[in-house]
Amino acid sequence: MGRRAVLVEVDGAEQALSLATWARGARVPAGEIVSAAASVLFDDVSDVDGVERLLGSWSPGTELPPGGLVEIPVVYDGADLTDVAERWGTDADGVVSRHGGIEFVSAFCGFAPGFAYLAGLPDDLAVPRLDTPRTKVPAGAVGLAGTWCAAYPSESPGGWRLIGHTDATLWEPQRDQPALLAPGTRVRFRPA
Amino acid sequence: MTVRSSLVVEEASGLVTVQDRGRPGLAHLGVPRAGALDPPAAALANRLVGNDEGAALLEVTMGSLALRATGALWLAVTGARCRVTVDGRAAAHAEAVWVPRDGVVRIGPPETEVRGYLAASGGIDVEPVLGSRSTDTLAWVGPARVVTGTELPVGPPRGSPASYDAPRPPRPGPLRVDPGPRADWFAEDALERLCATTYTVTPESNRVGLRLDGPAIERVREGELASEGMVLGAVQVPPDGRPVVFLADHPTTGGYPVLAVVRADDLWRCAQLRPGDSVGFSHG
Repeated sequence: MGRRAVLVEVDGAEQALSLATWARGARVPAGEIVSAAASVLFDDVSDVDGVERLLGSWSPGTELPPGGLVEIPVVYDGADLTDVAERWGTDADGVVSRHGGIEFVSAFCGFAPGFAYLAGLPDDLAVPRLDTPRTKVPAGAVGLAGTWCAAYPSESPGGWRLIGHTDATLWEPQRDQPALLAPGTRVRFRPA
Repeated sequence: MTVRSSLVVEEASGLVTVQDRGRPGLAHLGVPRAGALDPPAAALANRLVGNDEGAALLEVTMGSLALRATGALWLAVTGARCRVTVDGRAAAHAEAVWVPRDGVVRIGPPETEVRGYLAASGGIDVEPVLGSRSTDTLAWVGPARVVTGTELPVGPPRGSPASYDAPRPPRPGPLRVDPGPRADWFAEDALERLCATTYTVTPESNRVGLRLDGPAIERVREGELASEGMVLGAVQVPPDGRPVVFLADHPTTGGYPVLAVVRADDLWRCAQLRPGDSVGFSHG
């Protein structure tokens, strides 16, 4: 990909996170290592051949060291809560217990600083994005799209179905770890 | 005790931001790299006033600026050509200029190109955010936008001003590209077509991307790509087929396929193309 980057396709977000974690540990010389939904981008690379050689020693399926667990308190009052409940064939309390019962993993960040794509929703609970994205989603909104869950760190437009909101500070540039849900972090939601 | 100087913004129009070399290395947290969009022009301004090339300075996009210096300092304006005055007297562009205490510097709107750079000896010394003083305009990470009334602290001078320095050589002709990772999303001759087309820069262009108008690049695959990491210079093709060249404030991941990547050495040119300008690509 260009002269200074390598894009590695893998089988899903979990493997992408696994490869990115491995590459950081192995000190693969790249300025940026960006895992995403089914790929890892190695950018600002001065020796593309060297990086490709190093990546050859990674094998898919490598176990991930478990990241720290973060609990996010949620008020389940999202504008799409009843819509999601209907799609899941349950009621609002059913959404709360199912959503709260899942241990998510932050697979990658993108879209906005600290916006973590949280994996863990089973396929049968996947919900489509809104046909027309909202022009304004408030900071702290908790939403679902596909099998992803996310909490908006800052106000922005957005097409995710909103089930609630949290007061957790998801992004704070002055903090040692500016992103609360950095890739690899395990996440549980509990009713506030 | 050293008396710290500052620059007080008496008038600002257009988009004025503080920039340095940006904050690379945080893309995995969703943080754009930011940084001066025309790095050779920014480095020149810094060298002229005796700063490190990576010192923070002002980037002025299609605007003008009046600053009062609370202490005497050297200053240089580079990038887009514009009128520079100190206390009403014409001063040189792309040369170190002495500004006395309480002197007022004005830089006019760009006569050609888009972005001008103003460096002060000692550098703009606002508080860094995540290791950089650059303002990212996608998510507004970094110092606030510079507006009328902003007071910008200036650091202690580190070197002597340069009496002469060479601006970046102009490089006319198409932007050089290398193939991108998603050629299979487009017709087989898409890269050739990209390189055979003359595009027009649209007014929606900004620090995030250079947006181009021209014949649509056709996709042979439908739908959205699984979100993937994006590189600086990526030529991304959204569903409408009009290419966007990703610049310093680009989103770190994206779901549209990338047909080509503009070489790093040519990216500064994207920063200086005006709406309505023509631009092409070449590869090989």
